Amino acid sequence: MSLSVPVPPRPRRPWWPLLALVALLVLLAAGLRQPRPAEAPIGSPLIGRPTPGLDLPRLDDASRRFDPQAVAGRVWVLNVWASWCEPCRQEHAQLLHLQRDGWPLVGLNYKDSGGAAWLAARGNPFAQVLRDEKGRVGLDWGVYGVPETFLIDKAGRVRAKHTGPLSAEMLTRDWGPLMKRLQEE
Amino acid sequence: MERCKRSRAPWGQVLTWLLCLLAMGSARAQEALSDKDRRLEQRFQALSAQLRCVVCQNQSLADSPAELATDLKMLLRERLQAGASDEAVLDDMVARYGEAVLYRPRLHRSTGLLWFGPGLLLGGGLLWLGRQWRGGRVDPSGQEPQP
Repeated sequence: MSLSVPVPPRPRRPWWPLLALVALLVLLAAGLRQPRPAEAPIGSPLIGRPTPGLDLPRLDDASRRFDPQAVAGRVWVLNVWASWCEPCRQEHAQLLHLQRDGWPLVGLNYKDSGGAAWLAARGNPFAQVLRDEKGRVGLDWGVYGVPETFLIDKAGRVRAKHTGPLSAEMLTRDWGPLMKRLQEE
Repeated sequence: MERCKRSRAPWGQVLTWLLCLLAMGSARAQEALSDKDRRLEQRFQALSAQLRCVVCQNQSLADSPAELATDLKMLLRERLQAGASDEAVLDDMVARYGEAVLYRPRLHRSTGLLWFGPGLLLGGGLLWLGRQWRGGRVDPSGQEPQP
């Protein structure tokens, strides 16, 4: 520097941009630790809404259709399953357990042809099983995989949805208390 | 032979012309039909590109070969053919699978930050930058104005 201009004192830098940077880093780190969207189940827009209906033939007798009177005014469970679905085998014991506890279960046999034989071999926990051969009713319920399970209250509104196999832990921790609460509503 | 040929020629020509006219007529009819189909197809393509495939969440319905995506596309086509508007079809999909199916989120109270956040940040940043610059010019000593 050949110019002999007096160098001004270095100005004090404000500290808050550093704080902003740290805050941004914390935010990004929190974002990274979130479950990836592909793993996180999609929340159902049906929660709190009336059920989309189940007008389908029964698996055991195609001449009969879903009977809404059988579940009217009761807390009930709709389980979407298929004989080709491996995790459905895992959760089957839980469904049998729910049936023993007296909860009315309705099965939606999704895009399947071997449902009846599968139930005969493993025990049938369902009060009625409906056959959704083309998966159209499944689309109405927002089904995007099997198994999926819905909890419906006495007024016929969907109150909870579980994606993936039911587990004993989940049922005792979450759905058990919720079902008792719905029973008292 | 000569006679025969000559006498047949004009009739052959008339027949050819008639056939040509007929073909043109039917071609036009086909064009009119496929025009409507083409418009439906365009709407279908546009809609299925806007919708997320729910089983393979990084693909649109249009791109996805998954079985569920095929089912949903069939439903989409049926709704369009039945005369449903684009808005009604999207509403229908949202009612089944939630807002997550839309690649372009709708403007809500909950998505306001998403829509306007970047603009606000940019505006705020520019405002701050402008103040810094002006501050630099006004103050020749190089001292930054205290915040």
